[in-house]
Amino acid sequence: MTQYVWLIPFLPLLSWAIIGVFNRKLSTTVTTWLACGSVLISFFIALDIFFEKVRNPVSETVHLFNWIRVGDFVASFDCKIDPLTSIFLIIITGVGFLIHEYSSGYMHDDEGYRRFFAYLNLFVFFMLVLVLADNFLTMFIGWEGVGLCSYLLISFWYKNIDYAAAAKKAFIMNRIGDLGLILGIILVYSVTGSIRYDEVFNPETLLKFTTTTATAATLLFFIGAMGKSAQIPLFTWLPDAMAGPTPVSALIHAATMVTAGIYLVARSSSLFALAPFTNDFILWIGLLTSLISAIIAIYQNDIKKVLAYSTVSQLGLMFAALGVGAYSAAVFHVATHAFFKALLFLGAGSVIHGLGGEQDIRNMGGVKKLMPTTYFTFLIGTIAIAGIPPFAGFFSKDQILGSLMEHKGVGVYAIGFVISVMTCFYMFRLFFLVFSGSFRGTHDQEHHAHESPLNMTMPLIILALFSMIAGFVGVPHFIGDSLHLPNFLNHFLESAVGVTEESKFPNREEFLAGVLTVVLLAVTFIARAIFMNTKSVPSADSAMSGFPKLVYNKFYFDEIYNALITKPLNSISAFTNKFIENRIIDGFVDDIKIVTTRFSSSLRLVQQGKVDGYFFGMVAFIILIFLLKIL
Amino acid sequence: MITALLILLPLVLAALMLFAKPDIAKRLAVGFSLAEVGLFVFATHFFTHHAKNMTQLNVSWLPFGANFNVGLDGISYVLVLLTVILVPFILLTVRSLNYNSRFYALVFIMQAALIGVFVARDGFLFYIFWELALIPIYFICLAYGDKNRRIVTLKFFIYTTAGSLLMLVGLLYVYFSTPGEHSFDIQSLYAAGHELSSKEQTFVFWMIFSAFAIKMPIFPFHTWQPDTYVSAPTQGTMLLSGIMLKMGTYGMIRWLIPMVPQGYLVSENIVLALCVISVVYASCLALVQTDFKRLIAYSSIAHVGLIAAGLTSFNLEGITGGVVQMFAHGISVVGLFYIAQIIQQRTQTRTIGAFGGLRTVTPHLAVLFLIILLGSVALPLTNGFVGEFLLITGIFQVNPWLAGVAGLTVILGAVYMLRSYQTMMLGNANLSTTPVYDLDQNETLVLIACAFMILFFGIFPSLLTNIITPDVAELMKSFQEGLIH
Repeated sequence: MTQYVWLIPFLPLLSWAIIGVFNRKLSTTVTTWLACGSVLISFFIALDIFFEKVRNPVSETVHLFNWIRVGDFVASFDCKIDPLTSIFLIIITGVGFLIHEYSSGYMHDDEGYRRFFAYLNLFVFFMLVLVLADNFLTMFIGWEGVGLCSYLLISFWYKNIDYAAAAKKAFIMNRIGDLGLILGIILVYSVTGSIRYDEVFNPETLLKFTTTTATAATLLFFIGAMGKSAQIPLFTWLPDAMAGPTPVSALIHAATMVTAGIYLVARSSSLFALAPFTNDFILWIGLLTSLISAIIAIYQNDIKKVLAYSTVSQLGLMFAALGVGAYSAAVFHVATHAFFKALLFLGAGSVIHGLGGEQDIRNMGGVKKLMPTTYFTFLIGTIAIAGIPPFAGFFSKDQILGSLMEHKGVGVYAIGFVISVMTCFYMFRLFFLVFSGSFRGTHDQEHHAHESPLNMTMPLIILALFSMIAGFVGVPHFIGDSLHLPNFLNHFLESAVGVTEESKFPNREEFLAGVLTVVLLAVTFIARAIFMNTKSVPSADSAMSGFPKLVYNKFYFDEIYNALITKPLNSISAFTNKFIENRIIDGFVDDIKIVTTRFSSSLRLVQQGKVDGYFFGMVAFIILIFLLKIL
Repeated sequence: MITALLILLPLVLAALMLFAKPDIAKRLAVGFSLAEVGLFVFATHFFTHHAKNMTQLNVSWLPFGANFNVGLDGISYVLVLLTVILVPFILLTVRSLNYNSRFYALVFIMQAALIGVFVARDGFLFYIFWELALIPIYFICLAYGDKNRRIVTLKFFIYTTAGSLLMLVGLLYVYFSTPGEHSFDIQSLYAAGHELSSKEQTFVFWMIFSAFAIKMPIFPFHTWQPDTYVSAPTQGTMLLSGIMLKMGTYGMIRWLIPMVPQGYLVSENIVLALCVISVVYASCLALVQTDFKRLIAYSSIAHVGLIAAGLTSFNLEGITGGVVQMFAHGISVVGLFYIAQIIQQRTQTRTIGAFGGLRTVTPHLAVLFLIILLGSVALPLTNGFVGEFLLITGIFQVNPWLAGVAGLTVILGAVYMLRSYQTMMLGNANLSTTPVYDLDQNETLVLIACAFMILFFGIFPSLLTNIITPDVAELMKSFQEGLIH
């Protein structure tokens, strides 16, 4: 089946092209079948390839055609299939399909229904190119392509100029990262003479890297990852990106695109292993991002913003794992996070849909009775992300925290511990504020509130199921050994991501996991006590002051960037335009011109003819010379 | 022989155009330009299937060692292709009926001269075509431009003529160094250039470079450009930016660096720095422009700065990227200037911010504009990316830090392009003139063709690079031989 791997990205691309070309001529039903069907077929092919890789975890390359070829520089459209890719393939097509299906309900009444699915298909195509590429430059096609689709989908409701601005911001912040990545790719090429993974990561080729070049290349890669995966300082675009329709937030800004940075680092693990400085840098940026965004998430009142900051926070945690070399732990968390975060976003979308567009959790409450399926699945998602066993989040988070402990000791572990506790708190805060108590919105909203249709709740149920059980692919030793359950994922990824870390302190890990679980349960009850029993509701925007206000306004990151970068750039440019360009350079030229003009106008007095005629005479003469000489 | 015909045919067509009645002039001109395309297809057949020497012609011409020596190699081929393809589209964009048949005649003369520049293998012939190209564009700008056209065109004319004269000095210096009976043949000039001392080579380098730097233009020789691009009629701007500025970039790799390699080595860092300054300086200025046409003009300086920087790095990636990008830039800049004309025609203004939400009434324009814009900001799978990536790779091998600075165009380009797109196209419809209608057939055809070429050569750039690279290697060989001297 591997020789048909190209069908996986091709089918969504084909569907995009058909919807794009025929647009209004297609009925909504046909559009839905095309868009969802293509991704579903891709999913089945991906599933087949995944099982093939499980049986035989070797790397294979399928050659398609050369894209750029200049001398030694070759970038081709080849598909590399190894365990790492195959995991991403099923996440993208699987979660992708569910979100397509959900969108057919969520976007049903939108006038841009076809355009929406065309963009969504295009996104899936680029995301698949990103993970299938066998070299850095083809990967970069997907990398920038998903950025483009993210731009198109954030500004999907383009008549709202704020949404358009959010889209632009996302694209530009991503581009800052992309410049880093492209320079990193060029550096790798100039050191190794190749951009193919198999050649670059060959142990002999890796010897060509000095510590300096390896550090420089990995730092440049990581700048790219910061942009795409929204890490400090390039993280402020992701919360703004919530302007897009909610399925987009679920697919692009939670489950797939934002994890591209993790993929890049995991893919390049053998290069990162040569750069200890970069690894520490990644660890600390990851932890810092995770901590700060977790704090911000506690104070947000927009249901999607809470989830967005939570995504940033979880991505930070994944980077922390990458920083200590726990690559498979990070990929594990990508997978589980894809399930429960997609679930949470889709659940949020269901709530927003049911309440006629309401996003402020201060105006919700008691939604449990109005939307039971959404309530139940959202609860599962919340437990999963909080890291309470035996749901998926527990296993992947446990592996990350365990590796932090193992490599960096108690101090770093404590930070991860605090982040987990905060995650649990803000998620249950959100959960209780939305679903428990009595409804705080308008009477009209309550009257019209309804459970979402089946094509929206079905994906919720399936994702909830995976959020419950997905963790068992990576059972830690202290549980697995007694139950004879091996850690499937770690073994599976062993060949693809070089160093696979397993915790070496099983006893302590068991103990720490136990302590964390108890603390998380305690936090859950505290959140329940605050937001369900005492019915306290976050204060209105105007009533905020002090620390909550500072956090609610996300530490004024946007304002600081504006003051430090945007404004100076604009004023320097305006100054250059006015003064240097128009006064100095052009002024100097104008002086010359005045002199020349006077000179030539006096010349014209002598000639008394039309310049026009002279030139035509000249041209005719030149033609004549040619004719005489050639013929 | 066929190459000489490629130059001759447009000249004949120009003469024929003069007799055309005004009401059929546009259609006739488009038809004529397609005849040139047909001839080019024929030439391509020779170029690819027969020996390349079928495309060479070398006959003695003037008594002082100037021959009519023309030939096609991969680099020339791509630029001639660009010239031949763009002219029909440029003609299709003509809207005004005021353009009499003489306008079309001028365009054809221009086409002949441009092709001449790209295929000349004789220094004197190159110079003649170089100057000849200036004349029609001068009249196009002067006769059909906006109200500032006189003063602006004069500035443009003086600028370029000054450059040309300096180039003539440089060329003559090398010419008079050729042994025995002096010759303008390119190989003789190369050989003579290589014999010059390092100091002489540096002198010649700067003489000739100034002509190219003005033509492209490179900071600080650029101030004629935004004014001229804005004042000139759209078609004039397209000819200037789409094709004519490539005379300068092309000249650098054909008539400058391989001829005086020592002089190049001495000046390399300064030239590279000027080019990179161009990129950043023009990008910053593009950020604050309010006239969309002027914004494109500055973005063009930024793009050309990057091309020139890559060519200056003079390695395989840099030169190949430069040629690919010359082609790509030609297509996207013609598309962008056409969009500027369409928008101006619909809204009666080019001021960014004077209107908004155009997309709500012109969905087709919005889509095609976006694709062309993405080509301009070099998204992968557009032809702009291939060139830009290779160029930055080329610069990186000479100086990684400068490559990083030049790479800022990746970010700044996205900023000014998306900012203007957002302001003009997105948001709620805010148009003073109603009703605004979407693209007509003619406009759709041209813009779809641009978008198609942007994507096609972005996905299959090897069609171009396979033609270019062997001859780039050839040029680099001449350069290396020159250094050994």
